[in-house]
Amino acid sequence: MTATLTDAHPQTRRPDQRDAPPTAVIRRSRRRGPRVNWWMTALLLVASLTILVPLYFTVSMALKTPEQAASGTGFAWPADPQWENFAQAFALTDYPAAFMSTAFITVLSVLGALGASSMVAYAIVRNWDRKFFRLSYIYLLSAMFVPFPVVILPLIKQTAMFGLDNPLGVAFIHIVGGISFNSLLFIAFLRSIPIELEEAARIDGASTWQTFRKVIFPLLAPMSATVGIFAFLGSWNDFLLPQMLIADPSLQTLPVVQQLFQGQFNTNYPLAFASYLMALAPTLLVYLFAQRWIMSGVMRGAVK
Amino acid sequence: MSAPAHVDAPPAVITTTTTHGAAQRKVDPSYYWMIVPVLVLFAVFSTVPALIGGFYSFTNYAGYGDWNMVGLRNFQNIFTDPEILASYGFTFFFAIAATLAVNVVALLLALGLNAKIKWKTGIRGVFFIPMVLSGLIIAYVFNFLFSSTLPAVAETLGITPLATSILANEEWAWAAIVFVTVWQAAPGATIIYLAGLQSISTDVFEAAALDGAGPWRQVRSISLPLIVGYVLINIILGFKGYLGTYEVIVALTGGGPGTATQSVAMRIFSGFAGGDYSYQMANAVVFFIITLIISLLQLQILRRREVTL
Repeated sequence: MTATLTDAHPQTRRPDQRDAPPTAVIRRSRRRGPRVNWWMTALLLVASLTILVPLYFTVSMALKTPEQAASGTGFAWPADPQWENFAQAFALTDYPAAFMSTAFITVLSVLGALGASSMVAYAIVRNWDRKFFRLSYIYLLSAMFVPFPVVILPLIKQTAMFGLDNPLGVAFIHIVGGISFNSLLFIAFLRSIPIELEEAARIDGASTWQTFRKVIFPLLAPMSATVGIFAFLGSWNDFLLPQMLIADPSLQTLPVVQQLFQGQFNTNYPLAFASYLMALAPTLLVYLFAQRWIMSGVMRGAVK
Repeated sequence: MSAPAHVDAPPAVITTTTTHGAAQRKVDPSYYWMIVPVLVLFAVFSTVPALIGGFYSFTNYAGYGDWNMVGLRNFQNIFTDPEILASYGFTFFFAIAATLAVNVVALLLALGLNAKIKWKTGIRGVFFIPMVLSGLIIAYVFNFLFSSTLPAVAETLGITPLATSILANEEWAWAAIVFVTVWQAAPGATIIYLAGLQSISTDVFEAAALDGAGPWRQVRSISLPLIVGYVLINIILGFKGYLGTYEVIVALTGGGPGTATQSVAMRIFSGFAGGDYSYQMANAVVFFIITLIISLLQLQILRRREVTL
């Protein structure tokens, strides 16, 4: 079953059901129709403080002097915001380098995840009657049972041997590691695409590659968004792989840099928090601007 | 956070145009070009390392230099090594605690966010923020909150037991790790529950309301039974992930105090620099076998329930 989402109000469409109303609400008072549940609203607003307070705290800490940070509980907003903390952290951690390295890994991981997984899914779905493709599917799936710690030690040696102990290697492993799961998402989605669309292209003389590129891949767009979002978040925020695989500290990604500089931040907490905030900012900004789109993409992954 | 995988449901058989005997159909070589390179990469970067690691677990390889075959000695040592056993104990305890906590929070959150609330989009937007943030960095922020802010607040309020950092407390440091894990992972689980709740037709609720069921009764007798499948999915996906928890622990306690919060994953990673490469590889093999058994058991449960999504 697939959910198509038009906006923040997901609608579940099934062939056996007329379009559901915009949201499935647990209706309260029956006689007067649906009413706003203020009690629940208040409860959730209070609960949302668990998210907002740590974020506010991060911002306020980043703007203090070390002395202010050391006194009191840390919740007070500083009277004289120290904007230069950001400049200092920017220079100390060589922010641009870490940012570029992280972006490089992320872009490659997302493109690779989309390209490789969709191709594999297409080949498997269209040749399900062949043993080779069925076995490939089982092989790819079986890898989902192998936890990462099991392969990491030999993998570190292997990537170094191939000269891949760098961001390129990390992107590579991200792509390989995501194949099983992403192919699964694409396979589920491909099954809902009517074959007739393809046959029309075939009759017009399109090759398999052309059919895939011009017909199938565009049709996969909604699922590509989902896979892309997961790949983006997974590779941007990843700590384990870059930490383990990247040999040159100057090529490290943003999360790992925060760990590497723990010693240098020392007790200058505002500097550390300024650095954290700058590392968190890119995904946070992307989320703020593309929230609707991201939510619908993620929801689609949940309702396969 | 990810979608449920149903391993047992093969994709529908779709053959191209012809229907006279699949075996006669010639496969366009392009299809092989689409899949074979990926399979090769996959084998080289995931299967080969696993096999190499498996092989070294029977040696005394230190990560460098010469090595000899030592048979099952590494495995014997693992089962009698108190530190390794303690890390398994902690890891399973933590995974169970985190799975419980995340799912309880996520379920409540999903029920709340699915209700008729004001400013729905905005409130949802806030609750899903943690999903896009780096777990490591968030854990660093919480590290400060737990070790400096919380004790300071407790002191002003005169709550003595909380006046020392929870992260330095062998007894309770795990709770801080679970808390941050919930903070980070609850949104992902919530999304799956929301998807489940929204797959329930409103007619069912209307019928229940006509029969006089109040909101709580509707949740208990309709929502919860109907999303049991989603609960299983969340538990299975979550548990496997929490067994490999790493970055949150690194940023919060570093495995301390002492080795009180050291996970199996951390032990294994230490094998790279610690000179006990083959020993930790044997540890990894044991870890793999245990997780495999758990995964297969969980799949059995799923299959028996015939949860289809």
